Amino acid sequence: MIINSRFFNRSELMGFIALAVVLFVILPLTLDVFRLNLVAKYLTYAFVAIGLVLCWGYGGILSLGQGVFFGLGGYCMAMFLKLEASSVENTKIQSTPGIPDFMDWNQITALPFFWQPFHSLTFTILAIILVPGLFALIIGTAMFKRRVGGTYFAIITQAVAAILTILIVGQQGYTGGINGMTDLRTLKGWDIRPDHAKIILYFVEVVLLFACIGIAQFIRLTKLGRILVAMREQEDRVRFSGYSVANFKIFAFCMAAVFAAIGGAMFALNVGFMSPSFVGIVPSIEMVIYTAVGGRMSIFGAIWGAILVNFAKTSLSESFPQLWLFGLGALFIAVVLAFPNGLSGLWADYVQPRIDRLFASRKAKAGWNGNSVADSAPAE
Amino acid sequence: MFGDYSLGDLGSIFVMQGFAGLILFSVYVLMALGLAIIFGQMGVINMAHGEFMILGAYVTWMTSNFFQSYLPSLFSGYFFLAMILAFFASGALGMLVEWVLIRHLYKRPLDTLLATWGLSLMLQQAYRSVFGAREVGVELPQWMLGSLRVTDSIEVPINGIFVMGLTVLITISVAYVLYMSRWGRQVRAVVQNRIMAGAVGINTEKVDRYTFGLGCGIAGVAGSAFTMIGSTGPTSGQLYIVDTFLVVVFGGAASLLGTIASAFSISQTQSTLEFFMSGSMAKVLTLLAVVGILMLRPQGLFALKVRK
Repeated sequence: MIINSRFFNRSELMGFIALAVVLFVILPLTLDVFRLNLVAKYLTYAFVAIGLVLCWGYGGILSLGQGVFFGLGGYCMAMFLKLEASSVENTKIQSTPGIPDFMDWNQITALPFFWQPFHSLTFTILAIILVPGLFALIIGTAMFKRRVGGTYFAIITQAVAAILTILIVGQQGYTGGINGMTDLRTLKGWDIRPDHAKIILYFVEVVLLFACIGIAQFIRLTKLGRILVAMREQEDRVRFSGYSVANFKIFAFCMAAVFAAIGGAMFALNVGFMSPSFVGIVPSIEMVIYTAVGGRMSIFGAIWGAILVNFAKTSLSESFPQLWLFGLGALFIAVVLAFPNGLSGLWADYVQPRIDRLFASRKAKAGWNGNSVADSAPAE
Repeated sequence: MFGDYSLGDLGSIFVMQGFAGLILFSVYVLMALGLAIIFGQMGVINMAHGEFMILGAYVTWMTSNFFQSYLPSLFSGYFFLAMILAFFASGALGMLVEWVLIRHLYKRPLDTLLATWGLSLMLQQAYRSVFGAREVGVELPQWMLGSLRVTDSIEVPINGIFVMGLTVLITISVAYVLYMSRWGRQVRAVVQNRIMAGAVGINTEKVDRYTFGLGCGIAGVAGSAFTMIGSTGPTSGQLYIVDTFLVVVFGGAASLLGTIASAFSISQTQSTLEFFMSGSMAKVLTLLAVVGILMLRPQGLFALKVRK
């Protein structure tokens, strides 16, 4: 097989340019700040979707616990923002000033030890990457080294999502409980709530998203990406060829976790709160479906999937709340039964050939205008 | 944590919590039995299993309403009819789903998970549209109310005993069907080696369909039993699905005995811990322990030894 040495082939390059134009130019110019902020919220799921393309589409590891990593990233960010919002001046009406409001309501009088380091932004940013990464490393090592995979892995990750949700909801005093961490205000003194801040945050997020696309694309193109695909198709053969299958799986799973965590952190910044309803089983499965709808094998497809499904969710559940669940359910079934490669698969099957033909006919015309009249004549 | 209680108190606590655990155990076993059969047999992850259970619960609720308005004299016995109806309603829906959806996906187990999750969303919304978003509870017949006083400090509710008796009965009949009947032999043959089973003349597709139907039917009965101890809402099934999957995986898929043993240990741990700490922490600790053990012993408690 010929390995394409260029970073993007032509159709990927077109996908890249199209996405960049839409996200950097068209959406910011046409949408008001409220809608743009909604897009920013959808894009946080696109981070998760990129991770799932690597881990599920390429590696064949279906994780139903991406909400865990999204949540860990989001909570790390939210803890920093919450601490900054709970300065002594802001919270002087509390019985213990200087701690987050929900702790005060739960009769906690001192900041718990694991909250202490979140005063520092550097630590927070490191934690956003490292906490979910290490957590994924532990789960992945425990599972993949023992050759647990497939459905078992899916169920275990789902259980982990359930556990974390129950833990967050149950430990109200330390985590804010079911309401989560609300009323996040400033980042290093910079107010994240007004419109201009929302726009800046949107652009920061899009830049980060493209960075993640770059990393994912790089992984896909190197030998690593090839091994992931080989592993998905014929795990034993890869093992017999001398590769450590477990290590590659762990790597893919950790990458997916880190991407999800970045998405979660951007979620906390853009939306201004974080709650357990983005951690549990239901959101985790929804994240998988965004990827499946967009196309589990295509990075750009998955991003479009995340944007479109969320857009459909917002607009449908606003106007027809009952229809939405039916629609989502039907979407799940349709994606699985009818078009397993999602939107990108449909694109590759129906739209791409037409575009290719368009290019091909243009080339043929150029050839006819040039010297080789005799060569192109039989094609006419 | 034991310091404040005398030895006698502790004994009563353990008995009472043990009994509460036994009721939880019954629900787990009834749900996990169906799931274990489906998962063990076909490798299909049925995320809509909870919704099949809730269908049974709604059927029971409708039957009880029907008896209350039209046949009040027979009300005390409605439950037995309801259970049978629940079995057939869920079983029929299960077979329909197998025919429409599942049979196309046998080679892609992870995709069945997504498809059945979609199905569960649609069923939930259907329940919400038909029965309303509020939880409904059935009225128990007179003889099921009240409780049995064993000693001064130990009381056991009669409906709990009934549900447990039911669980034992259903478990025995499922075991009988699977291990004694001709059909059960076919099912086990297909589990162990699908291709060989087909080669000796077993219609594996038919076996699959009936097995899926049976698993869903048992879920329906579980829902029926569930109405005795709790109220039913459109999303009640979802609350149990992850726990039940853990029960099945923990027990070792395809092992009936393992399923029962794991349901017992999980439910007992949880209900005993619940007395000493908050319910959520008890659940977290129990699930963590299960996940931890599964990481050390991924094949579960009782692994079926089959050459693949």
